[in-house]
Amino acid sequence: MAKVIEGLYYSESHEFVKVAGNTGYIGITDYAQHALGNIVYVDMPEVDDEVEVNEDFGAIESVKAASDLKSPVSGKVIEVNEALEDEPGLLNKDAFGNWIIKVELSDTSELKDLMDAKAYEEFCAK
Amino acid sequence: MTNKRTCLYDKHVALGAQMTPFAGFDMPIQYTGIIDEHNAVREHCGVFDVSHMGEVMVSGPEADKYINHIFTNDVTGLPAGKVLYGMLCYPDGGVVDDTCICKLDEQLFLMTINAANIDKDMAWIEQNGKGFNVVIENKSDAYGQLAIQGPEAEEKMEKVLGLACKDLKFYEVKQQEKDGEKVIVSRTGYTGEDGFEVYGTPGYIVKAWDKLMDAGVKPCGLGCRDTLRFEVGLPLYGDELSDKISPVMAGLSMFVKFDKEEFIGKEALLRQKTEGVTRRLRGIELEGNAIPRHGYKVLKDGKEVGEVTTGYRLISTEKSCAVALVDAAIKMGDSVEVQIRKKTFPGTIVKKKFYEKHYKK
Repeated sequence: MAKVIEGLYYSESHEFVKVAGNTGYIGITDYAQHALGNIVYVDMPEVDDEVEVNEDFGAIESVKAASDLKSPVSGKVIEVNEALEDEPGLLNKDAFGNWIIKVELSDTSELKDLMDAKAYEEFCAK
Repeated sequence: MTNKRTCLYDKHVALGAQMTPFAGFDMPIQYTGIIDEHNAVREHCGVFDVSHMGEVMVSGPEADKYINHIFTNDVTGLPAGKVLYGMLCYPDGGVVDDTCICKLDEQLFLMTINAANIDKDMAWIEQNGKGFNVVIENKSDAYGQLAIQGPEAEEKMEKVLGLACKDLKFYEVKQQEKDGEKVIVSRTGYTGEDGFEVYGTPGYIVKAWDKLMDAGVKPCGLGCRDTLRFEVGLPLYGDELSDKISPVMAGLSMFVKFDKEEFIGKEALLRQKTEGVTRRLRGIELEGNAIPRHGYKVLKDGKEVGEVTTGYRLISTEKSCAVALVDAAIKMGDSVEVQIRKKTFPGTIVKKKFYEKHYKK
């Protein structure tokens, strides 16, 4: 059973955002890493790139296939998780513990369109 | 339409396999993970359910002559107990399917064909069997099939399944009686490792699977079947061979016997061989970690020169590699780029075999 964490915001394409003040930590959920299988490459944007809500900001590659990463929020990239460049498998070990990009949120009202933990859990169970 | 299931479907589900539709079947992609299943086959032993593959029996006084008519390789004088790989081609040299043909006995052949192609192949081989004194039977539903692969495969075959196989050489086949059933065993596979393929009734295959599971042999899914075959340069129909990609373009002319009197596609393939082809398959090794996938564009000096047929981050060597169909002017050692999403990544043209095979010959 995939893990879901309270207090995060979730998208239907299985990304999460953890919000701290005006900063959003974006990653993929435990459900997503499980469905993808062994992750071998993470294609990340660069610092200062703008990401748009529901737009691709990169890709995750499992052994088998590439999956686009969709941003659950808009904002400016202030950091990328460089540890994933050398060890993409960290996402399999702990998806929630390894955010992919850190963004400065440009519109916090977008968060209300995302799911909370309970709604996401139900969404995954469907 | 619902997908077909192999005789082992319930076993896969009980093992927690990730199931996916493949060639009209619900098949296991992986059980625990593609990487550890891949490594199990390279280092120890793994078992694949390949019961979705099609089996066609060809028998009769003109079986040899008929096989030679539809098949690019040559069964003339082939002793019973030998296996040959080759293709069924269209008159224009395009490929209907690639197949292993086992000569089980005089006038008796078993052809193993790709699951996705069963209906198409049957129509083709029946249509081209007219006028030959042969019996062609689609036995795909009557047989289950296991592939037991890896350096410890021989030991598992002998000790766990009690199937005599020590004396079988690479690309040899033998029918044997086991538990009152006829079982066909060949020393063949699709992984680049030593290994065997076992054909039997669904009932026998389920029993054999259970024994292998009890003995701790690792169940392996189609995910690592593809990574294993790709690393050692084995083609997959639909990627490296198709009605548009001939064996000559694929660099597989060694399985086309031009000295045979005739076979379907001979003239076209001979022309390709002597006059050259416009595109051919090449290996590419990429710099960096990005992964080339089927359909991605290959560029040289910014100009499109072909596209990727299969690509992976190789599990055995941790390099990003592709096989691509590119302009014939592209040669070994050339620098090219592969377009991956919005960026291009540099690479070098190399041999299609990225990892050495470990067959027991």
